Amino acid sequence: MLKVPGWKGALAGQHIDIRLTAPDGYQAARSYSLSSAAEAELAAVSVELMPDGEVSPYLVRGVSVGDQLEVIGPLGGWFVWRPTQLEPIRLIGGGSGIAPLVSILRTHIQSGNSAPVHLLYSVRTPDYVYFHDELMELTAKAGADVTIQYTRQAPAGWTGTVGRLDAARVTTWAATTEPTSSTYICGPTQFVELASDALVAAGADPATVRTERFGGK
Amino acid sequence: MGIVTPGFFGKHREADPKLPPGQYETKDFPVLSAGPTPNIHQGEWQFSITNESGDVKRWNWDEFMKLPIETVDTDIHCVTRWSKFGTTWRGVSLDTLFAEVDTEYGFTMAHSYGGYTTNVPLEDLLHGKAWVAFEFGGEPLDPEHGGPARLLVPHLYFWKSAKWVTGLTMHETDELGFWEVNGYNAYGDPWKEQRYYYDS
Repeated sequence: MLKVPGWKGALAGQHIDIRLTAPDGYQAARSYSLSSAAEAELAAVSVELMPDGEVSPYLVRGVSVGDQLEVIGPLGGWFVWRPTQLEPIRLIGGGSGIAPLVSILRTHIQSGNSAPVHLLYSVRTPDYVYFHDELMELTAKAGADVTIQYTRQAPAGWTGTVGRLDAARVTTWAATTEPTSSTYICGPTQFVELASDALVAAGADPATVRTERFGGK
Repeated sequence: MGIVTPGFFGKHREADPKLPPGQYETKDFPVLSAGPTPNIHQGEWQFSITNESGDVKRWNWDEFMKLPIETVDTDIHCVTRWSKFGTTWRGVSLDTLFAEVDTEYGFTMAHSYGGYTTNVPLEDLLHGKAWVAFEFGGEPLDPEHGGPARLLVPHLYFWKSAKWVTGLTMHETDELGFWEVNGYNAYGDPWKEQRYYYDS
């Protein structure tokens, strides 16, 4: 959570750049999705540790409460959900790609928007579920229909399937949602390719599918 | 220089003159697209340039392949801060394509399958600075990276190198494309770090 003086809040789905500066002026910056959009002077991001990374190891291990960071943003005007949108919403998140979707859920609740929300969340194991309790609370408040796909290991007593989110699973899930939905997909590149291709193959209008990819191919 | 970050010293210390400010080198080839990847076959692909009179110069795939093809070795720079050095492409120079087009206008809008657009001044497409590329690293261009063909304008941030490109329209003034109306810079020079709309 970053306290940003003068921060006016962001649109749900937007991101920020965090820039680090070494004593000699050397700089490194990376983009992070905001998991919370609306609060004045507060910006929430989730940083996944990239072991060989330059910025994430510092943010995960090197930052203490009270340290100052440089924040650029909020950024991006496309992977955005606005409370004036009244059509149903499909959210598909892979791993840490859940962050901007959480921001959308929060904004949806705060705005009193009553559009139906469906969330499909692919995650390795229960330990990897981001903001677990908060996510459950948020999705309950948003009246969201939540489907979790565990790809490696499910919690004890899980009655669903375990395995990769393949095209068949996306198609089956999409069939339970409104065809008029706007869709937001965020996750690693291959995940987003698979999920968006499956949705389009199942009849979704590509113009209604917004994607945010991270990582290479 | 920004706020000094306590305890941060950085990793990639060697100042590489090939690296524009605020960028880092990646050996990977990240994919960034606003929506699903369009699935366009070579047989249906076409490329056109439309001038201010509404005249359309059009090429289909076979016609395009008969044009002079150039090999391009270049560095590319993405606004999301990665740069990739020494990439190799094959494609047709925009000089070749514009040799057949009569226009007085100074600005272009690139149009892609799937609806993507991006604005590029004509001067930035001519004089050996831009291509329509259909091969990367000796292989046909992957759909995720814009195949069958994409614009290649490597001296600007890479969102200007429109994936799945299908045409250019000529404009009298510099109108804004997709990312340019969504917060990104109208021009996008990596060496001036023109990332966002307010960067000059």
